[in-house]
Amino acid sequence: MTARVTTLSVWRGGAEDGRFERYEVPFEEGMSVLDALRWIRAHADSSLAIRYSCINANACHTCMALVDGRVEYTCTARLTPAGVTVAPLPKRPVIRDLVTDTMPVEEKLDCGA
Amino acid sequence: MTHLATDVLVVGAGGAGMYAAVAVAREGRSVLLLDKGLVGRGGATIMAQMTVAAAIAHEEPDDWTLHLEDTLDAGRGICHEPLSRMLCERAPERILEMDRWGTRWARENGHIKQVTAPGHRRKRCCYVDFLSTGPAVAATLRHQVSIADRVRRVSNVAAIEVCVADGRVRGAVALDLSTGSLVTMAARAVVLAAGGLTKIFRRNSASTNMGGEAYWLALEAGAELVDMEFVQFFPIAHLAPRLVGMDPIMWDPFRYKLGGRLLNGNFEEFIHRYGGQDEGRYTAPRDLASYAILKEVEAGRGSPHGGVYLDFRHLPEATVRSAFGPVIDRLLANGIDLTRTAVEVAPTAHYHMGGIAVDERLETRVAGLFAAGEAVGGPGGANRVSGNAISEALVFGERAGFFAAETAAGADPGWSPAYAERARAELADLRARKGSGPAPGVVSTELQDAMWEHAGPFRSEEGLERALARIHALRRRLPELTIAAGDVFNLDVQDWYELNAMLRSAEAVASSALRRRESRGAHQRLDAPQMSPAFEKNQRVALDHGVLTSRWSPVVRSGVRTA
Repeated sequence: MTARVTTLSVWRGGAEDGRFERYEVPFEEGMSVLDALRWIRAHADSSLAIRYSCINANACHTCMALVDGRVEYTCTARLTPAGVTVAPLPKRPVIRDLVTDTMPVEEKLDCGA
Repeated sequence: MTHLATDVLVVGAGGAGMYAAVAVAREGRSVLLLDKGLVGRGGATIMAQMTVAAAIAHEEPDDWTLHLEDTLDAGRGICHEPLSRMLCERAPERILEMDRWGTRWARENGHIKQVTAPGHRRKRCCYVDFLSTGPAVAATLRHQVSIADRVRRVSNVAAIEVCVADGRVRGAVALDLSTGSLVTMAARAVVLAAGGLTKIFRRNSASTNMGGEAYWLALEAGAELVDMEFVQFFPIAHLAPRLVGMDPIMWDPFRYKLGGRLLNGNFEEFIHRYGGQDEGRYTAPRDLASYAILKEVEAGRGSPHGGVYLDFRHLPEATVRSAFGPVIDRLLANGIDLTRTAVEVAPTAHYHMGGIAVDERLETRVAGLFAAGEAVGGPGGANRVSGNAISEALVFGERAGFFAAETAAGADPGWSPAYAERARAELADLRARKGSGPAPGVVSTELQDAMWEHAGPFRSEEGLERALARIHALRRRLPELTIAAGDVFNLDVQDWYELNAMLRSAEAVASSALRRRESRGAHQRLDAPQMSPAFEKNQRVALDHGVLTSRWSPVVRSGVRTA
């Protein structure tokens, strides 16, 4: 089997000063968008900021992003050889890259401090 | 720098941490509940898809003493019996409290439905239907911490040091991931509820935050760890085809309900070759099944991806459909039709029996430092029975919270900003460095490979020596690792602390496994395949001036059983 690749366009930076960057990622049948984002952190650019916890189980529900314009859990969004565009959630303040402020206000460090 | 003060600090907001916070609050003490991810979303509890063991005797006559006997049997003679007893005796009240709090335990004819599971002689395992047990437990506890007075929740803040002075806990230093700055916290008591260490192995069912942070924090604070050689490998984790949106250990309840044949790469049954009985039922203990599967793979009789087959094809389609319920559609979305294909499964690191050494108040040898949940060592001995993990989270969470509140009612030991000096200097150094090596996450992967190859389900002196050499070599590379620039949500910084925790935990596991020259429960030595009475004792490790040291200690008995 020949090695296949797919391309991810991923938002990097803040809400105002960001841009999409392209990454080529080895493609395996059935892989998720989160698999690819974790591959980028491990093999291409560890500075990519993403939020996830359970990796695969779709139990923590913290890995949401805008995948090809739709709000999705990146752990269940399937990747295809055609590639995808991944952007931070809309209507949420962008912390950096794909991480948005999804914390309940009372769980913030500066709340009431 | 942000400074917070609280009566009790709870590190880790999974099942045990949340229960601890609720328990502290009901004793009238303030509590700070910290999680490096989002409160109530991380950890192991939320991922648990199976059952919770508690002798509530709704299904059939049962008693906590029977649950205790089953727990001690599985533990192969080395359980910390007072902790095992606490677990079994108090699990029923926790299950019933969760019931009052709205956890929708599966019911039948008005009572909570209980099923059996391997190692249990009675039907005592409660569940929430269709792989929902963990998420339901987590949701209940999230609600309880949100309505409790005196619980302050803080997300995205990772503890990096527990501060101790004059033998007493004073608080902790943590990293605020959102800003990259340090947070200091004065606390009269600290509960470590940050889970286990299964992430140190390449194949694992862990969430991202189970790299042994609780153990590393405890060691650095001066506490002991116990039974670190005992890692439970779950035999039939999903291997292929790629399955997304489900926990890899999801097959167990279905195998339990339906049978489901375990077959090698030649589609032959094989468990019987290793002294077990399978016959499409669900009776082989976890350690034996893991051993058998890996032996088949080693002998060249594995499935294409290096595991074995789990096959439901002999069952009528309607039976499979009714047992799997809505899960069947999630599987179909993954391209898996159980009536046509057998899936591939293989052992994976699933749970850690070892952990922080505590007394009957869940307190370590460091005054004011407590542990809860999977982070606790001892109650499961050499092998935990199925269903006891969430019971541990609930029972030890509640108990640790209660006793920590009791300690916090005493005199305030006091806080000094000087306690944070070491951590502050370390972070400044990390920031200033111009590394030339790989990022910390890359080295974590190398560690996972080494641990899987040499300190996994099959162990030997030679392999364990290799694992230790690898761990030491990777530790020497710490100063040259590259940390990406920037303060905001810099995962490299978090990965660096996590790698420190993983290396320390891995060293504790491999060195303890090396010294235990026998096979017992989950610890299987190829070069010492028998269980030896001489090793019916516990092994404790501690840090002495930065060096991991060990000692053997007699098993703590409870008098429940004399044999």
